Amino acid sequence: MKQIKTVSDLEDLRKSILKQRDPEKITIRMCLSTGCRAKKSIKVISALEDELNNQGLQEKVEIKRTGCHGFCEMGPIMVIEPANIFYRQVTPEDIADIVFETILKGNIVKRLLWKDAGTKEYTKTEQDLPLYKKQKKHISYNSGKIDPTDIEDYIAADGYLALCKALNAMTPAKIVETVFASGLRGRGGGGFSTGLKWRICSAAPSDIKYIIANGDEGDPGAFMDRSLMEGDPHRIIEGMIIAAFAIGAGRGFLYVREEYPIAIEHLSIAIQKAEEYGLLGNNIMGTGFDFNIAINKGAGAFVCGEETALIISIEGKSGTPRSRPPYPAFEGLWGKPTIINNVETLGNIPQIILKGADWYSNIGTVGSKGTKIFSLVGKVRNTGLVEVEMGTTLREIIFDIGGGIRKDKRFKAVQTGGPSGGCIPISKIDMPVDYDSLREAGAIMGSGGMIVMDETSCMVDIARYFLNFLLFESCGKCVPCREGLKQMHYILTNICEGNGEKGDIEALTELGHFMISTSLCGLGATAANPVLSTLRYFHDEYLVHIYEKKCPAGVCKNLFEYMIDETLCNGCTLCRIRCPEKAISGEKKKPHRIDTAKCIKCGICYNSCKRQAVIVI
Amino acid sequence: MKVPLTIDGQMVQIDSGAPIIDAAKKAGAVIPTLCYHEALKPYGSCRLCMVEIIINKQRRLVTACNFPVEGGMEVFTDTAKLRHIRKMIIELLLARCPDVSSLRAMAKQMGIKSSRFKKQDSTECILCGLCVRFCEEVVGVSAIGLVNRGIDREVATPFKVASDVCIGCGSCTYICPTGCIEMVPDKKIPQMRIMKMGQHSLNPCINEFQCETCIVEKEFFEDMRLVIAEFRNS
Amino acid sequence: MNIEKVNIILEEHEYKHSAIISIMQDVQGVENYLPEDTLRYISEKMELNLTRIFDIATFYKTFSLTPRGRHTIRVCSGTACHLGGAVKNLEQIQRTINIQEGETTNDRMFSLETVNCLGACALAPVMVIDEDYYDAVNPGKIEKILSPYRLEPEV
Repeated sequence: MKQIKTVSDLEDLRKSILKQRDPEKITIRMCLSTGCRAKKSIKVISALEDELNNQGLQEKVEIKRTGCHGFCEMGPIMVIEPANIFYRQVTPEDIADIVFETILKGNIVKRLLWKDAGTKEYTKTEQDLPLYKKQKKHISYNSGKIDPTDIEDYIAADGYLALCKALNAMTPAKIVETVFASGLRGRGGGGFSTGLKWRICSAAPSDIKYIIANGDEGDPGAFMDRSLMEGDPHRIIEGMIIAAFAIGAGRGFLYVREEYPIAIEHLSIAIQKAEEYGLLGNNIMGTGFDFNIAINKGAGAFVCGEETALIISIEGKSGTPRSRPPYPAFEGLWGKPTIINNVETLGNIPQIILKGADWYSNIGTVGSKGTKIFSLVGKVRNTGLVEVEMGTTLREIIFDIGGGIRKDKRFKAVQTGGPSGGCIPISKIDMPVDYDSLREAGAIMGSGGMIVMDETSCMVDIARYFLNFLLFESCGKCVPCREGLKQMHYILTNICEGNGEKGDIEALTELGHFMISTSLCGLGATAANPVLSTLRYFHDEYLVHIYEKKCPAGVCKNLFEYMIDETLCNGCTLCRIRCPEKAISGEKKKPHRIDTAKCIKCGICYNSCKRQAVIVI
Repeated sequence: MKVPLTIDGQMVQIDSGAPIIDAAKKAGAVIPTLCYHEALKPYGSCRLCMVEIIINKQRRLVTACNFPVEGGMEVFTDTAKLRHIRKMIIELLLARCPDVSSLRAMAKQMGIKSSRFKKQDSTECILCGLCVRFCEEVVGVSAIGLVNRGIDREVATPFKVASDVCIGCGSCTYICPTGCIEMVPDKKIPQMRIMKMGQHSLNPCINEFQCETCIVEKEFFEDMRLVIAEFRNS
Repeated sequence: MNIEKVNIILEEHEYKHSAIISIMQDVQGVENYLPEDTLRYISEKMELNLTRIFDIATFYKTFSLTPRGRHTIRVCSGTACHLGGAVKNLEQIQRTINIQEGETTNDRMFSLETVNCLGACALAPVMVIDEDYYDAVNPGKIEKILSPYRLEPEV
């Protein structure tokens, strides 16, 4: 392989890759990311290969193994180009039909198309799916389209052009100012200005500097970083190299969760390939700039998302945060100036360099520029990753893109920002989503998790869930976080178990505000947000739990019973058959009854009744 | 370079970058601490030494043990907000360690009769980390460490068995503010002591836990360093 | 202890103290858990304090100081899975194999763990046994999911 030394080398390579391609050739894009792989997409691919070979079509049809399309719920996903036909939930048994009907005859296999649960209409192509229609895919554009293990696929999609521009036509200072002017803010949590971070670090006097890409996506309910790392790893690496050049760093670290083996594999391949092509390593593109990247696997600690803890973890110790100052931009990894950017933040860099700060700052709102990928999950109809312009309203995201709430239940709240975030109620459904509006509403952007809740979600339980998560994820160093969480969790558990009492709400509020102002790091300082935000918007639900000893959502076990509404039950016996404790009795075609003494409240009957005759009281 | 700042309105000059607590000492202001010790690097875990500062017209809460002073900084060491925070910290620690006399003495001083919070399993360790840091930074052996995380965090030896690097110097028992580490004679080697962590109270401090100003303690540590140096050389 | 493999891992990481976490991850990959004698051996070979190694081994969730079962059941407890009923699934598993989270069955067949989030939120609630994913799990499916693993012959 010839190393890329100049802009024209890259341009020549890109042209020669494109020249070899036939746009009319049938290409089957098959997703091999975590979601689709979990649904056995590898078996589908091998069945497809066999069938194509049997039919002698292996030369005529190309199979492309891609990253995540974002619509993981519908996996395994297959898209057939050039017509862009979108098939979902494809099994090996469907392959014969796909090859015979679609590949050979050009027909659609209707049963594999996506069907709207509401309108019952089928959608034929990827771009017409409601989930994708309102999206603005800038950062996630390549994911699902290119083969993440093939650097030439990325180069064909204008990859590494931004690096070329940065190294050849820009000074480090100019890059920093461009990123600053773009208005890009950190996508990992706090939303600090990326350009400002770079400016501070580039001004720090030191010959040795480091850059860390944070892919330790710890927020439960968020998977955009995973998808990006799996589906478009070169974009992150390109962003990292540009950042390194801008601040003068010679070494970079990619810190990725161990739970994401495919992301680690794809990033490793990408690093190796970029080195082979002369885009990474020593003397990058012949400019004399040296930069190397190593991958660190996170060993399972949410607190390592905090930057000082992450640094300590890379140094090979247990990740307990330390006080700032000194800030990592002055004194970071091994005491040297270090910038830490989230991988999605870095994924934004190439397009900012390529298209300019003005182009970028025209997207989004006054205080929040660009697009953001959200992981839209929970009780919403279409779950998956959605990339939208900053300032898109919650209603657009949840109802237009997400298709509303499942099973026609009522929307109750959306939780953003993970354990540091909060719950936003229905009254704020028309709120434009950006850093500042979320903060004002008592939540945060965080990494972009958006968990939709309906009337069957208990807000007290959600608050307790996050505290329980943090009890074991806090490092345990400072008193407010460790002891405060313990006490808050104790109070919330009492409330959920029916032992809540007067004064609990006041104690929770006081502890929460105390933790915000006194904790050592960001984890402790935001740990009370899930409690405080639910107290703010769902105060009544707390009161019902404490004073009436009831959980209206039917989640807190001690505070509800399942009962069968005899007027609705038609005696189909399904619940009786499925009940693991044999707590349901009744004759065929006659109303059934639940023995509450035997009932363990596992919810199987509730979920399986087709007539909604099982009710919560 | 020395810079001027005020501590509770009183002007002091101190090296730029020194921790606020040093400046406070110079001004004669007493800031309560639990995890701070001048022989050790600041740790910032107990949060008891929080002070309010005004810097660039912004009011902030910071820990005095490790926040560096800047010229023109205004520091307040005893405000209503701080008193409330300190009470909360002591109440939370009392819920964790209800039987620790030094905590109870502090609580009494602050006017706390009993903690409002649920009493936990009775432990006497407040996880200030003084023993661990002293063993690492001064003694240089790291016989004990902090293990687990979150609410399970605790001080322990590796695998929770007798440490094979402990030199039995006794520093941990001495520096522990709650007296929860005990030294017992080694049955095998009579002249050696081994460290045993369990429920054990030391006698109340003769100097009411004024560690920073305590002459007894300073002398002890000077002696201790000599002992340790000798031990290392032998 | 597989001294040869441990030595290779140490060599690969050049005995660097900063690489201790990666070393322990690799060693656990070989040994299935972190045995005490192996950690003591690593400490000695690397001239790295055992206290620091023990701190790391107990701080990070990935490390286990006790042997794991033949099959590891990981129940995702991410927010989307929680909302989807992960707790009820976990309880059903606990009832079925009679162990608590973090434990291994007496016959060393199963270890049960919860994980914060597997990043497969669109498939919630999710559980993973070894490398196999199961999506949209509910308590009624548990027995059916577990039984094939019981029948698998020992390797």
